[in-house]
Amino acid sequence: MTTAAPLLVVEDIVKRFETQDGVLTAVDHVSFTVAEGEFLAVIGPSGCGKSTLFNVMGGLLDGYEGRVAVAGETVNGPHPSIGMIFQEESTFPWRTVIDNVAFPLEVAGVPKAERLDRARHFIDLVGLTGFERRYPSELSGGMRQRVSMARTLASEPRILLMDEPFAALDEQTRLLLGDKVLQIQQDLKQTTLLITHNLTEAVQLSDRILVMTYRPGRVKRMVDIRLPRPRSSEIVGSDAFGHYVAQIWNDLREEASRGLKDDEQRVARAGARR
Amino acid sequence: MSARTLLWREGLPIAFGIACLLALLFLVEWLVRHGLINPFIVPAPSEIASSFGRIVVEENVLGLFLLTCAEALAASLMLAVAGIALGVLLHRMRLLRMATETWIAALASAPLVLMYPLFLVLFGRSAWTIIMIGFVAALPPVVLKTLEGLTGTRAVLINVGRSFNLTPSQLYWKIFFPSALPSIFVGVRLGMIFALINIVGVEFLINFGGLGRLVNELAERYDLAGTFAAIFFVILVSIVFFLVTERIERWLRPGR
Repeated sequence: MTTAAPLLVVEDIVKRFETQDGVLTAVDHVSFTVAEGEFLAVIGPSGCGKSTLFNVMGGLLDGYEGRVAVAGETVNGPHPSIGMIFQEESTFPWRTVIDNVAFPLEVAGVPKAERLDRARHFIDLVGLTGFERRYPSELSGGMRQRVSMARTLASEPRILLMDEPFAALDEQTRLLLGDKVLQIQQDLKQTTLLITHNLTEAVQLSDRILVMTYRPGRVKRMVDIRLPRPRSSEIVGSDAFGHYVAQIWNDLREEASRGLKDDEQRVARAGARR
Repeated sequence: MSARTLLWREGLPIAFGIACLLALLFLVEWLVRHGLINPFIVPAPSEIASSFGRIVVEENVLGLFLLTCAEALAASLMLAVAGIALGVLLHRMRLLRMATETWIAALASAPLVLMYPLFLVLFGRSAWTIIMIGFVAALPPVVLKTLEGLTGTRAVLINVGRSFNLTPSQLYWKIFFPSALPSIFVGVRLGMIFALINIVGVEFLINFGGLGRLVNELAERYDLAGTFAAIFFVILVSIVFFLVTERIERWLRPGR
């Protein structure tokens, strides 16, 4: 039996930034692959380069070493096969829900009737039927994030990149939206890469978890999550779930402590300079 | 929401505003009648009110009102087109922006209306002098607020556009402009106010045109009640323009 070629290949990515204090290596020789239909979570402490990696994979950052490829084709900028959901609230406040979701279809030149029809399908997928004519200002944070999700899904990307999409939400909403993401991912067999610093979220949603070190961000470990599918938020209470969370926390604790110490030293140096 | 609650919520601020205005007018009336304010400097509000009929009939104030409106409209349209275009240009050309932004801000506070002799030489004693002074004096706030709106577009919205492979032109029309619209409208409204002030000021100075000319003539005749009544019509021009731009903004940006 032959193994299918991975859909997403991230090969030896190195990204450096020029700062006031010199050259900062945000991502240092990171490599991994994602198979079609797989859900991979990338977890690490704050400042480990997760968002940098997200922007590199999404084609929003250049000036890096290494290679990102989708279905064998090297990514040199924003790619139609890659859809991105950002951490910050990103709905267009001047467009209704349906016009937000139809946005990528409008850009692609899809006729109006067809794009609104397709937009309604994705609005229904994220559970927002009935809110088509509302503006984002009339919705809650969780609902706005679902609009962003529907908009990205409407462009039918082969790979969905999500950068801490639930970071601004409370824990209960986060868990319930995680259920929604799982359901969508399972229904669409959507290849998904989730950037997060939330242990529960990573274990709840993913097939594998890539644990990153603190700056410079490197791959510390890849963890297979062998929890049954289909899943829901109920799995959070299981022993196996707790075991995985503990295992990943073991890896992360050391990196998180380094990050904390680094922050304290930086603040102390800044105070001394003043 | 019930009709009663809606009436209370929408009607109360308006009613309160009118009540405050009436209270102020009654106060001024009392102060003038009791000699605490000189009636030769500030006529009693009742006297001003009674002069309205006279200046509408005898001074063709409605025709002059329309003339000042037309001048302000011409200046505003030129302002919107040129100001927004310049704002976009400065947004696109960083070096030009860094070189000129401070000068444009300084121009905003410069009394350009005092350059009216130069404009008289260029355009003659005509409506164009009035319109061009209004236009030039009001350009800085439109340019600066357009620039502020464009540079203030949230990076995540730009990244959304980039992630969907928008062309630079699409990014401008579908993301930058709609995002900047509230700021652009603030700039256009500020610009209209600047334009109107300068238009009426130049009409007054050169004794030509609409309401500014009327204010000058009535003041020279020491018809103070009529002068204040004419000033009311100047304020009315400003209110009309404000309401129109507010409607246009609501139509262009219904999600606000």
